[in-house]
Amino acid sequence: MMRLNRRHIMQLGGAAAALPLLGGQAFAQEKVKVGFVLIGTPDDNGWNYGHDQGRLFMLDAIGEDKVETTVVTNVAEGPDSERVFRELAQQGHQLIFGTSFGYGDYIHRVARQFPDTRFEWATGNLTAPNVALYNAKFHEGRAVLGTIAGLTTKTNKIAYVGSMPIPEVVMGINAFALAARKVNPEVEVTAVYVGSWFDPPREADLARSLIAQGVDVITQHTDGPVIPQIAESSGIVGVFGQGADMSAFAPNTHLTSIIDHWGPYYVQAVQSLIDGTWTNGSVWPGLKEGEVLIGPYNPNLAADVVAKAEEVKNAIIDGSLHPFAGPINDNTGTERVAAGDIIDDGEFWAVDWYVEGVSVVE
Amino acid sequence: MNSALIVPFIVTLVAASTPILLAALGELVVEKSGVLNLGVEGMMLIGAMTTAAVMLTTGNPYLAIGSAALAGAFAALLFAVLTLSLSANQVATGLALTILGTGLTALVGRPFTGQPVPTLGPLFPPALANDPIWRVIFGYSPLVYLSLAMVVAVWFFLMRTRSGLILRAIGESDTSAHSIGYPVIGVRYLAVLFGGAMAGIGGACFPLMLTPQWAERLTAGRGWIALALVVFAAWRPYRLLAGAYIFGLLMTLEVYAKTSGGGFRIFPSEFWAALPYLATILVLVLISLSRKGSTSAPACLGKPFSPAG
Repeated sequence: MMRLNRRHIMQLGGAAAALPLLGGQAFAQEKVKVGFVLIGTPDDNGWNYGHDQGRLFMLDAIGEDKVETTVVTNVAEGPDSERVFRELAQQGHQLIFGTSFGYGDYIHRVARQFPDTRFEWATGNLTAPNVALYNAKFHEGRAVLGTIAGLTTKTNKIAYVGSMPIPEVVMGINAFALAARKVNPEVEVTAVYVGSWFDPPREADLARSLIAQGVDVITQHTDGPVIPQIAESSGIVGVFGQGADMSAFAPNTHLTSIIDHWGPYYVQAVQSLIDGTWTNGSVWPGLKEGEVLIGPYNPNLAADVVAKAEEVKNAIIDGSLHPFAGPINDNTGTERVAAGDIIDDGEFWAVDWYVEGVSVVE
Repeated sequence: MNSALIVPFIVTLVAASTPILLAALGELVVEKSGVLNLGVEGMMLIGAMTTAAVMLTTGNPYLAIGSAALAGAFAALLFAVLTLSLSANQVATGLALTILGTGLTALVGRPFTGQPVPTLGPLFPPALANDPIWRVIFGYSPLVYLSLAMVVAVWFFLMRTRSGLILRAIGESDTSAHSIGYPVIGVRYLAVLFGGAMAGIGGACFPLMLTPQWAERLTAGRGWIALALVVFAAWRPYRLLAGAYIFGLLMTLEVYAKTSGGGFRIFPSEFWAALPYLATILVLVLISLSRKGSTSAPACLGKPFSPAG
């Protein structure tokens, strides 16, 4: 494994250019080269950590004798990322994963120049002959968290602290609120946006002010464990881990977590490259495929709450429960989804309203 | 907002104001001596990372605060050598210090990320500190009381001591102060070191009080607010106190605007978020309109001084 940052990649480019001088031995081994472009560092305990764990899982499953990986960290979403993708392609990486939505335009531009290199765009929305898409149904996990929140709250006030009002977060809020109100129709959900992907002091202040107003279960859709820490020190009922298990930060309050498990997908993608069966597909797995996992439950959580959470999880896995099954009213009382209908995967991205019981300031 | 929320609201407001007040007090002294150090954000990050590192290795909060002050002062020393001894451009060097602080703390702080840092709890005994009403006065970390004591100390030093007068004279006219024999460069060194130490302590507030952990870019721009605050306060310590609490009030209003209903929702939360900056611009306009305004900034602010002339 190699870990690089952007500054080193130019030097590596030079080293790679010298490789052909070493002769044909490199070809005899037939190792595939796979690149990963990350927006932050794997130390964030969240999104980037999840992708790096997935990469390690893939290396382990396929074997380091068959695949080698290059990770480029701290690549901002913007024109500079194009240079990073081009460098990786020039160095002979056959498959390159861009793990953030904002890389899309630059992946497509480089993909046109390197038709033999395969690209995969996480959370993207446009394929090309050599660009595939992959994503995960995090909202399925949020339905399980919502169930737990609805059953455990004593004040009937729960909250969702999001980063930015983008479809994935809006639908996370809706899935959480729908599930909570299904088990406890009295529940009110306050949704707030930090307005940034990273502002720990503001996240902490938002959590404190929510708690001061009687909120006793909080879930967060941001990158760090600050909110679990504030929840723990305030002694409220519960909080959830996002992206990874965060129980170390809130041993008493952390009820469970949503864990991103990209590993199996990375194994499948790299194996298909080795087998020559890679296609420019678009996959969106969730709980069923094991790409979204529910972490360990807090041992203090009541057995009937755990049972109900497991019931919801298993029903989503076996397909008998859809997180967005109608009837669904929005928070102005208008019916948006009729009984017997669902919000399907295509409609998902166009939802710009919140379900009944959610109050939000964008 | 109902009355039960007033106490938590004020507690949040005071805590949010404290790091910017500490850092701004340091920067005020620096600017009064005629030096502009834009590296506050970087020095705060260095203080925050040092605090987390010392807390996680020794668990002693006072040692952590002392180390944060030393680390901030050390970063400021680098700035002082470049700008005061080598006459480098202060704006460029200050910006470089912020970039250095951001990058260096991300690198050095890596082993300390993702670990809960023990906080420094209230100074007063729990009977007072946890009282639902009295905690509005007694419920704070010692850092809050330190920041208030420092306002008095800085005011007394600048306005009531001979050394403070010399420092202000150097900031107003370095050549005159030099010609009557005051050590312009020496005084500015001390002022810059003090500014670094205060920014370091301001950074210590994050892991010890506000966000009990270390993460890259933890201060999230609070150093820039401290810089704006010095201008907002027209370089006066007592106005700085009022200004820090007004900024804290505006930041807390934004948070409550998002989390509670009622009157806050007349304006979008972006409006509340922009208010500290709008207020700074407004105050700058008012200063420049008033007749005395032109004299409120130290006359030599940001100008390099070389004794040779």
